[in-house]
Amino acid sequence: MLEVLSRVFGKENAASKEIAKERLRLVLVHDRATVSPRFLELIKEEIVEVIANYMEIDEERMEVSLNNMDDAVALVASIPVRKVKRVARPTG
Amino acid sequence: MGQVIVITSGKGGVGKTTTCANLGTALALLGNKVVLIDADIGLRNLDVVMGLENRIVYDLVDVTSGICRLKQALIKDKRFNDTLFLLPAAQTKDKTAVSPEQMADLCQRLKEQFDYVLIDSPAGIEQGFQNAIAGADRALIVTTPEISAVRDADRIIGLLEAAEKNSPELIINRLRSSMVRKGDMMDIDDMIDILAIQLLGVVPEDDQIVVSSNKGEPVVLNPDSKAGVAYRNIAGRIMGEDIPLMSLEEENGLFQRLKRFFGWAQ
Repeated sequence: MLEVLSRVFGKENAASKEIAKERLRLVLVHDRATVSPRFLELIKEEIVEVIANYMEIDEERMEVSLNNMDDAVALVASIPVRKVKRVARPTG
Repeated sequence: MGQVIVITSGKGGVGKTTTCANLGTALALLGNKVVLIDADIGLRNLDVVMGLENRIVYDLVDVTSGICRLKQALIKDKRFNDTLFLLPAAQTKDKTAVSPEQMADLCQRLKEQFDYVLIDSPAGIEQGFQNAIAGADRALIVTTPEISAVRDADRIIGLLEAAEKNSPELIINRLRSSMVRKGDMMDIDDMIDILAIQLLGVVPEDDQIVVSSNKGEPVVLNPDSKAGVAYRNIAGRIMGEDIPLMSLEEENGLFQRLKRFFGWAQ
């Protein structure tokens, strides 16, 4: 019922500003850090290279991003592991 | 062979990017294969208006400087089935990172693969503008019914003619019919008289524009928006259809909203 009333009174989109704030926050993290998504892509590739020496990972589902943590920017990597290699030793 | 259309204005803040996002989306809705180019290097925004900002890997400068292939830099809009793409601007470079010759070459390559190539021009009349118009077959000028915007539109018309980009067409954005009725805003005829160019369409002021850019969903995807209808009509006219200007009567009163809610409105 509340939804019906708010549609009549034209408030169906009261929450879109929250979406805007969140999107803006993320875009600005990237802009201010002058880190391009391509730069992150390069970091991701190198991380994959190193980790591949020790474990098998799901590269498709791997995510590397910059996030705001209080007053600082954090590099957050989510790396799904398929299996750990028995002999975990870097090559070379 | 497709058509390259630049969307420009001179003055900033009149709605070039919103217009580009919506016309591109509308043209894709109408069955065309479309690519949008954000030519505003250093101040990119078409990505956020389209809601594609998280998908950027490569950009326009990466393509023109040969760091990646053109195909790698095109971001596919997943709301469409391989018919709508974005080539984002670089955010960390400046406008001199691309030359007009490189842009013209890029446009040539893209129009071999797409029905429409829409270029979102930066504000101003310097190199960014020259880049944006370099490969264009057709120019759309966006203005609002304000003295400053119309003045800048006039200057842009002159510069387009100097660059031999003839017959630009006008889009009047953010028209408020209640103010026009009271005589407090220039009307369509006033602006056409002053600028003496062909009118392509009129977009009414619409709160849904803000909501849609908040969400990153072009307003043409919202069937209830008057601005969305206006953009769909303009897209049809771009394709050569003869679509009359829509009525710009205000329909946002409580009574109209109730009518629409109960399905009595058109």
